[in-house]
Amino acid sequence: MNRRTFLTSSTLAAVTAPVRSHAASPLSLVNPPTDPAASAWPSSDLRKLGAWDIHSHVGTPGPNPAKRMEALVKIADRVGVERLCICMSPPWQHEPTPEQFRQSNDDVLAILKEWSSRAFGFVYLNPTHTRESLDELERCVADGPMIGIKLWVGTRANAPVLDPIVKRAAELKALILQHTWIKQRGKGNLPHESTPMELAELSGRHPGVPIVCGHTGGGDWALGIRAIRTRPDLYADLGGGDPVYGEVEMAVRELGAHRVLYGSDVSGRSFASQLGRVVGADISEADKRLILRDNLRGLLLPALRRKGITAE
Amino acid sequence: MKRRTFLTAAASVTAVSGPSPLSAQPAPAIGTLINGSLIDTNVSLSQWPIRHSWAPTPAALVERLKRHGVTSAWTGSFEGVLHTDMSGANARLAESCRKDGVGILIPMGTVNPTFPDWEDDVRRCHEVHGMRGLRLFPNYHGYALDDPQFAQLLAAATRRRLVVQIMLSIEDDRSQNPMLTALPVQAGPLVELMPKITGARVMLLNGGSRVLGGNVSLLQGLVAAGVTFDIATLEGVAGIENLLRRAPGVRTTFGSHSPYFYFESALLKLQESALSQADLEAVRSGNARNLLRS
Repeated sequence: MNRRTFLTSSTLAAVTAPVRSHAASPLSLVNPPTDPAASAWPSSDLRKLGAWDIHSHVGTPGPNPAKRMEALVKIADRVGVERLCICMSPPWQHEPTPEQFRQSNDDVLAILKEWSSRAFGFVYLNPTHTRESLDELERCVADGPMIGIKLWVGTRANAPVLDPIVKRAAELKALILQHTWIKQRGKGNLPHESTPMELAELSGRHPGVPIVCGHTGGGDWALGIRAIRTRPDLYADLGGGDPVYGEVEMAVRELGAHRVLYGSDVSGRSFASQLGRVVGADISEADKRLILRDNLRGLLLPALRRKGITAE
Repeated sequence: MKRRTFLTAAASVTAVSGPSPLSAQPAPAIGTLINGSLIDTNVSLSQWPIRHSWAPTPAALVERLKRHGVTSAWTGSFEGVLHTDMSGANARLAESCRKDGVGILIPMGTVNPTFPDWEDDVRRCHEVHGMRGLRLFPNYHGYALDDPQFAQLLAAATRRRLVVQIMLSIEDDRSQNPMLTALPVQAGPLVELMPKITGARVMLLNGGSRVLGGNVSLLQGLVAAGVTFDIATLEGVAGIENLLRRAPGVRTTFGSHSPYFYFESALLKLQESALSQADLEAVRSGNARNLLRS
């Protein structure tokens, strides 16, 4: 079996194989039936649904990446998060060199070897290093098991250096997750930290390519939602900010529920605080199902199919 | 179907199969089957000026809290943040809690120690309205916790055995409306002040990343000084579990920051952490109850 065959087959196994029993069972160990919190969802609707999380980082402690993921999965099981899109690995580096983002991605690859039944990998790139980023995209997505791209704060989202990466992502059907935030109305952003407005510019240059607007501007989500409203290929990631009432309702109203995704930004954030905003939103149950699971599943299916995975 | 069987079966089809098995019925209220009391120490009436609220009326607030199993809610008023007629705001808060609170809403009046005759606001909260505590907003009211005015207020409240809740922040300071900004309150001065005021009962609300997840020596100092906390802005996976590990002996209460936040975000935190029965009960109600009794 050559490397490409192995990686592809391991991804196939990841999506078709049952969840390992030890990964799914800690709930019963840590929250015994007598624990009132365990019955907080008396019909277990959230667990039955199995949420898919567009935005997670494996920052839980552990001696190696796989053990860190094991710790995270145990916690995810308690609140019914079934699949996690994982990217980057500590230490968090704003403007990583090629060597640094390769190392970060190596950690994610190591996690996928053990936890591909629960995790989807997104390759971390710094488009400032365009050639090396494209090479890394080939290594981890074209030839490897990852199915998405994570862009953080290395380059503003409207920069031309992103264009070849977006084009290649489209060819590979890889889903792009671009961090955005609006701090002090943009005046407080990091030097190369993107806003949803800048991401909208990028989307305008690449019609038809789905891109997830990470955090949707963060705490100033009302501006973020406005900024991406007219770009139908941009999807709102709800995660990473305080669970302020109104965000989910506005996103559904302005974008349509089909463009809204549950994300947590764990492990810095809590699964619970981010799930709670969807669970508690004044929207229909059908919309909650879309946001918590079905929308992301639909966005990832092209990449999964590209790797030979039968979706239905 | 047994639980393990279900989980295995569900997991085997999740990524590539058909519709998920979410029941078609509307989700039941999260707390409906939770036994025992649940005290929410961080609830507010009235509207925060730049946000729509899930509770446009006190009755709507109470209905949702009750549906999720809340048995008592320590309730302040956002009017207390920006109004200068503090006695009016406190009177309306007390009346709303009495009229619509159905025994659940426990009013926590606001006092601004930079205002003239603030002492009478303390008296009215206690004697006229029968309040058990106060809720302070130092960052919006223009004082710090090392200001003598705060020490005087804390002493006055302590003489009346009132709980003093200090809201360290209301919203993320990175995304405030530029016309309505306030930096988070610095809690450090409490470490030295608390031992000087015997019997002071202080709870910090919305400690979040700066206190609960920040410098551990500050946190431990506050714990040693007898400060109590709430979980509304506690973040990180398994946040309560990790907090108890980082600061053994920490007294934290269930607080939701409702209706500014979605209530469900706080409630699910109880499920995200693996807590002993004793710790769970302490967070749900025991620590809040003990603070009132101390």
